[in-house]
Amino acid sequence: MSTSTETIEQLASREYKYGFETRLETDTFPPGLDEQVVRRLSAIKGDPDWLLEFRLKSFRAWLQMKEPTWHNLKIQPINYQAASYYSAPKKKPELKSMDEVDPDVRKTFERLGIPLEEQKLLSGVAVDAVFDSVSVATTFREKLGELGIIFCSFSEAVKHHPELVKKYLGSVVPYTDNFYATLNSAVFSDGSFVYVPKGVRCPMELSTYFRINARNTGQFERTLIIADEGSYVSYLEGCTAPMRDEHQLHAAVVELVALDNATIKYSTIQNWYPGDAQGKGGIYNFVTKRGTAHKHAKITWTQVETGSAITWKYPSCILQGDYSVGEFYSVATTNNWQQADTGTKMIHLGKHTRSTIVSKGISAGHGQNTYRGAVKIARNAEGARNYSQCDSLLIGDKCGAHTFPYLEIKNSTAKVEHEASTSKIGEDQMFYCRQRGISMEDAVNMIVSGFCREVFRELPMEFAVEAQKLLSISLEGSVG
Amino acid sequence: MLLDVKDLRVTVEDKEILQGLSLSVSAGEVHAIMGPNGSGKSTLARALAGHPAYAVTSGTATFDGKDLLAMSPEERACEGLFMAFQYPVEIPGINNSYFLKAALNALRKFRGQQELDAVEFLALVKEKAKLLDIDREMLGRSVNEGFSGGEKKRNEIFQMAVLEPRLALLDETDSGLDIDALKVVANGVNALRRPDRAIVVVTHYQRLLNYIVPDFVHVLSNGRIVRSGGKELALELEAKGYGWIDAELAGAKA
Repeated sequence: MSTSTETIEQLASREYKYGFETRLETDTFPPGLDEQVVRRLSAIKGDPDWLLEFRLKSFRAWLQMKEPTWHNLKIQPINYQAASYYSAPKKKPELKSMDEVDPDVRKTFERLGIPLEEQKLLSGVAVDAVFDSVSVATTFREKLGELGIIFCSFSEAVKHHPELVKKYLGSVVPYTDNFYATLNSAVFSDGSFVYVPKGVRCPMELSTYFRINARNTGQFERTLIIADEGSYVSYLEGCTAPMRDEHQLHAAVVELVALDNATIKYSTIQNWYPGDAQGKGGIYNFVTKRGTAHKHAKITWTQVETGSAITWKYPSCILQGDYSVGEFYSVATTNNWQQADTGTKMIHLGKHTRSTIVSKGISAGHGQNTYRGAVKIARNAEGARNYSQCDSLLIGDKCGAHTFPYLEIKNSTAKVEHEASTSKIGEDQMFYCRQRGISMEDAVNMIVSGFCREVFRELPMEFAVEAQKLLSISLEGSVG
Repeated sequence: MLLDVKDLRVTVEDKEILQGLSLSVSAGEVHAIMGPNGSGKSTLARALAGHPAYAVTSGTATFDGKDLLAMSPEERACEGLFMAFQYPVEIPGINNSYFLKAALNALRKFRGQQELDAVEFLALVKEKAKLLDIDREMLGRSVNEGFSGGEKKRNEIFQMAVLEPRLALLDETDSGLDIDALKVVANGVNALRRPDRAIVVVTHYQRLLNYIVPDFVHVLSNGRIVRSGGKELALELEAKGYGWIDAELAGAKA
């Protein structure tokens, strides 16, 4: 009895699967999320069974979970059934060169200031562009391939390197980790995958651009970076999104694995649509980013957060191996009605582990900026050290800055330092700049970029320039 | 006439500091504004530069025939008005020479001149830096951050040398300087005296005027110029003290 039921179900889902494959070219899921949606998505992606299982157990876990409420954010209730959980570009391209990319797609990238061809030629950055959940172009792969470096979309990794994905997926951020990460684990559509073999130093910055395009489509990216023993990789993630009217959910998961003596540098510029000056629209960004550092390994998170209506994000390091190092450098701006609750967790498990936290929060308009950081030193973490510095800069008198440091120290040999400051852009500073002929807008930009310098200098050169531009755009109209 | 101030009244935090001040300055001239503490010397400089905390309630001020009071602080700067600050402001994280290049290029843009690139700017700066004894290390530090009092004042005059204003207001540039630093600053200012440039020196003490010799000296009391004369007026003040003017005024009233 039960056997025949199963068979029927299997048949049904198989038909379903094929049904979807024929319609793949034009598909956007109708709104809603249930187990069938997860299965359909998995079928479209051509997931192996173990991945479908991962999604399903995540989905079932998610059903039992509640959204966290401990953050300092005011969030309109999100109707998870109103979002669509998959959308693909009309043509699924198999491209050898940029010329084959859909001209409309290319045009959009260019309007966003991301001319891929130029990037390819000028900057020496290998670009993996994610357009509406599906990768449309990957460059430089051959060159990287010669070194044994794998840099591809997550889906491709599942196809061609299943053993690596299977081994590490969910190893840093377990599928039960938190509401948003668990949702992502169930419905992630695509993302990026990097593997750097033993002893290899990746010769270029790896870069990916994400963009959210289709209306009402939740975007669930999944990134997995594995740096094998003694290797080095620097990864850049940059985001832009066009104007939108409605809040849009985004819940990404990034997992980093730095094996013994490896170094991973992960830099982000996040510039999603923040909503208009009245606070309407804008993206809800709930991100789980975490890395595990093995012996003598080092993980550096650098982030410049200028966009999104809501930012909920805590790139963290599990310093598991002895002598491992974690760093977090962050600039977060909130203007108009933006809210950010961001920071990091440094979890010291190994002996002589070290971590550094430098957080710069800038609030303007009615923006609310919260730094939330945890430093945990486990019982066995002999000689662990942490230094934290959290500075807040206020522009105007309607914005707010908040700092919530959490310290949990279980080893008496640990040294933990925390410094915090809050300052306002002073009338005297502004007047000094203006008396020298510098406009108000430029003066604010200058003062702000001075404030952020310690973070900017951690960014790769071209990224630092872009970050500075984004900051000035995001603070436009904040004075005067 | 380069600067023409008529019957200027200025209020700071609801307190009237300048109470009908008039002053005319022509190109090529050096004027000294002297007076006891609280007489309104610095208020005059800051109001002319357009500090937002200094509200002009009545009177006029023209700069080369243009209505100065209608301009924003940055427009005044672009027109060629420079103020050396009594308390130069720190801007953490911003390199001193980067700041100055941004300022110079803002002025050049306003004047329709091409902006200088890094190489051209450095060449210009090198020459001017010598004048004020500014070394590379100081150029590379954050604006005024960790500068000694003397370094800050030298840096102000160095900025003036690079920005080449038509009118320079030196607000208590001598305060807090030892004699050596004072000489460096004064020599710098003297080197910048030109027939097409006017300098207004605001100072409490006559000492600075031994080094920067003014063409005219004005004495401020209670927000008005109560006496004007040549450089000898400063010496007379030094000898007799500010009380002398007040006593004379009182006598004249009686």
